[in-house]
Formats: sequence, C-alpha cells, structure tokens
Amino acid sequence: MIKQISLFAENKPGRLASVSDKFKGAGINIRAFTIAEAGDFGIIRMVVDDPDLAHKVLHDSGFTVSETNVLGVEMEDVPGQLGMIAEVLGEKDINIDYAYAFVTRTEKAFLIVRVSDIRGAVKVLGDAKIKLLDMSDVQNI
Amino acid sequence: MIEYWNPQIERMPVEELKDIQGEKLCNLVKYVYEHSPFYRKRFDDAGIRPEDIKSLDDVTKLPFTYKKDLRDTYPTGMFCVPNNKLVRFHVSSGTTGKPTVVGYTDNDIKAWTTSLARAMTSIGVGRDDIMQIGYGYGLFTGGLGMHYGAEETGCTVLPASSGNTDRQIELMQDLGTTVIGCTPSYFLFMIEAAKSAGISFQDDTDLRVGVFGAEPWSEEMRKRIEESAGIKAYDIFGTSELSGPLFTECREQKGIHIWADQFLVEVIDPGTGEPVPNGERGELVITTLVKEALPLIRYRIGDITVLNWDECECGRTHPRIMRVLGRADDMLIVRGINVFPGQVESVLMKIPEVGEHFMIIVDRINELDLMKVQIEMTDVGFSDKVNDIINLEKKVASALKGVLNIAVKVELVEHGSLPRSMGKAKKVIDNRKL
Repeated sequence: MIKQISLFAENKPGRLASVSDKFKGAGINIRAFTIAEAGDFGIIRMVVDDPDLAHKVLHDSGFTVSETNVLGVEMEDVPGQLGMIAEVLGEKDINIDYAYAFVTRTEKAFLIVRVSDIRGAVKVLGDAKIKLLDMSDVQNI
Repeated sequence: MIEYWNPQIERMPVEELKDIQGEKLCNLVKYVYEHSPFYRKRFDDAGIRPEDIKSLDDVTKLPFTYKKDLRDTYPTGMFCVPNNKLVRFHVSSGTTGKPTVVGYTDNDIKAWTTSLARAMTSIGVGRDDIMQIGYGYGLFTGGLGMHYGAEETGCTVLPASSGNTDRQIELMQDLGTTVIGCTPSYFLFMIEAAKSAGISFQDDTDLRVGVFGAEPWSEEMRKRIEESAGIKAYDIFGTSELSGPLFTECREQKGIHIWADQFLVEVIDPGTGEPVPNGERGELVITTLVKEALPLIRYRIGDITVLNWDECECGRTHPRIMRVLGRADDMLIVRGINVFPGQVESVLMKIPEVGEHFMIIVDRINELDLMKVQIEMTDVGFSDKVNDIINLEKKVASALKGVLNIAVKVELVEHGSLPRSMGKAKKVIDNRKL
C-alpha cells in the first residue's frame, strides 16, 4: 500500500506554486501527481518520497491535507495491461474511485488507484500475480 | 464573591421600577426640551409639549430618534451640555456609515461604570479576578468602557487592547487571566492561534469566563467557544450612542438585563413603529433615562430582539432582551426574504465538517439575486474524493435553505483564506447595485 497526499485547493492561480515551494523547502520529491478539478475547487493528489513529512509541512502551512491509502500497481508498459487490472478488480465488484498512471525510466508503468475495498483489491491482485508497490519502491523510483 | 452589585435596585419590584421610569421620563423630556435645540424643534414639529408627557405610558407619543440625526448634527449638535461640562468624547467606528460623536459628563461616566459593575457582578466577576480586555482602547468605547466597569468591581484589569495575539496569549498564561473580554470572532482567532502554538486554553490557562460582544453571535457559537476553551461565555450588549458596552447576560444565560432605572426599553414593529407584545420579535428602541450630555429619546438602535419582563431566576427584576438576533442594518433582503448573517452562522455551527468562518456574497445577475456562502474547509470535512466534497456543499446548501427559505450556493474555500478580524467581523459582501 502507498500513502498518498491529498490536498484541498481553491481553483485559483498560484496555489500549485505554493505547494511546490513548500516541498522544495523541505526537500520532498514528487513521484506522481494529478489534479482533480471540480469548478471552484480542486483536489491535488500526490505520491511523494516522504508522505509523513509532506503532510506535516503542508498542514503546518495551513493547508487542508490528508494522507490516503491507495494502491500502487506495477504494470508492463505494453498495450492491454491497464484493461487487465481493471478487469481483475471489476470481477470482484471492487470499484475504482479514481486512478492515475505514470511511466518510469524502466519498461514498467505504475498505476495509482483508490478503490472501494482496499483489502479485497490487494488479495485479488495478488492472486492474479500482479505486483503491488510499497513505500520503499516509491522511494527508489 | 457578591451576588448583586446593588441588590436594592436590581431586585426592586417591577411596579416600583416602572414608577421610577415614569418619573425620570417626564424629567428627561423637560430637560432635553430646555437644553437641546434639536429636541425642542423635533418636539415642536411633532406638536408635543413637555407637559403632555405625564406618565410612562405617554412614551409612545414621543417621536423617534435615529442614527441619521446624530450624523446630521455631527459632531455635537444634539448635546445638551456645553464643553466645560464634558469629561470625555468617544467616536464610533462608522462601520455602517459616517462616524458619530458621543460626549460624556462626569455623571455619564459614573452611570456607565455602574451599569457594567452590576453586569460583571451578575456573571460572578469581581475582585478575585484578572480581566484581560481585548477590546480596542481609544475612540472605540469597548476598551475603556469595560475597563472602568471591571475596575469598579475590584477586578484586576489587564488593558491588552486588540491585536498582538501571541503576546495576549503569553500574558494570559503569565499573569493568570481569569476573564477575557473581546469580540467573539477575535476570541476564536485566539483559540486557533493558541492551538497552533500547542497551547490549550482549557488546560494551560486559568481562563474561566469570557465576555463577548460588539458583533452578533449565535447560541451555537457560544457552545463551540465554551467547549473548546473550557469557559463560560456571556454576551455583552451596548452601542456607543448609549455610552458603549453596558449590559450582559447574568449567569442564567437567558437574556441580557437592561437596567430599567437607567434605560427605558421598547420593542416595536419596524414597519409600523407600534410596540409588539411582550415576548415577540421586533426592533429595539431605547430611551436613556439618566444621561446628561447626549440623552436619546426613543432611539432606534436597529437591533432585532425580543423583550422579556418576566422575573429572571437570578432574582433580578430588570427586563431582559433576548440575545440580539441581528441588526436591522445587517439584514440583507435577498429575493424579498430577510436574511441575517447570524442565521447563516447558526446553521454552520451545527455542521462539524465546516469551519465557523464564512462570507456571504450577494450578486444580482439578470435581475435575479444570487446568494453565495463561502465557508472554510476543515480537516474533519476533507475527503480526497471530489464527490464527497460536492455532497458536503449540497448538505450545507440544503441546511441553509431549510432555515433561510432561499436557494444558496455553497462554496468551500481553503482554511485560512477568509478574512479574520481583530474587531467587528465583516460577514457580507453585497455586490448588488440597488
């Protein structure tokens, strides 16, 4: 399992710069990143090398921030991989709340996914021999 | 600790109090007719002679006085005494327009001090207490008014004034402050500031009582303050035109006692000017019975409240006004419906997922009023799923609609993004060109 940093941000100029600036000051590196935008506000979701520190830095700066458990799924960077993972989860009635993906310098791609049933998802993905990332993998990317 | 500052007056039977009021009213009318060209003309225009006022019931024959009158006669056109009888000026903040000037004779200051000494005693504050006064000192009446009242009771006063929050918290701990007086919004700001410095008012200070006023606040906000700071929170009421802060709730917390030997209270229908029955909501009208420099006859304060002459459990016979529900001035009319910022506040206080800081923004788009309420997101309410936040906005909007009877757009904003205030909090931005 991976700890994701989620942050409430108003949809206005400069907010992202401010987050990034706080991370720079604390030496935190962002591994994966996405913004879900919903009109007046957005939710910034990030996988970073040190989530506890990131949470503290942002919270102390007055941001509304939380740590959320999500899954990091390792995929081969070839067509059909994403569909296969979605199918495994779908068969067990596990819903994907949201997902985002990134590729690395190797042939692997990573999918970050929040699901309705995280324990169930870990089990079915494991049964399907799909590799899940933990925090040490994130730090080594 | 004493129970009453002046038991003989505070527990006087209502009939005797009303006799005193009648007598003082008749004298007042003669006094202002003789000493104030403004009132003489006002009475003459209304066809009233001082001798027409023979009893308390005749008060309704008298014309009203308005804030506008004070502005029109700026600075001292309504005063009844020459400068050499004045010992002090205060000047109102002008939150709702041009400032107004209030003058005090020595007796006016003494009466003001007495009023507050009675009030402070009624909440159990006295010589064993250390009171930190976080109301502004200076032209504003809050700081100096509370200061004199608290000192009169024998209480030790720390004249901290407003602002400089870190220092306030430090002094509170170092000197062992037991009572704080400031605006409720500033106190919430102090709680937040203390919390971020790792200080709990409940565990790390001797604070036991708060006296909050100068802006309307709700019963829910009281609960939140009392629980988070571990204190008893009391409402204080008064306006600069009447002298300044004058009256508080007693320990029963069931309304603010208005000293009837000093002030005559009426509650009227703001539309017709007729008195409303005991216990019904209306606009507060006050006549000053003992002021010398700037007496006010049937002054339309503009606060909406309920008057209650029933005897209080504290044993005081003086009437109570129920906590002020808002100012007629603060009232917004949105799509023809009356909205008080205080109503919005009480709804938000019942929803733990959102913070107590809010801003009402009213626009008129295509001839239609649109009311938006911005509210700060809290850690409690935050979910990283967009739908959860949209549902929270909907939940708040529907709670607001249930109370206000109009559709409201709710917008959650970042924590700390709405203005905090050291004095009166601004809760409304009205962009309509009416």
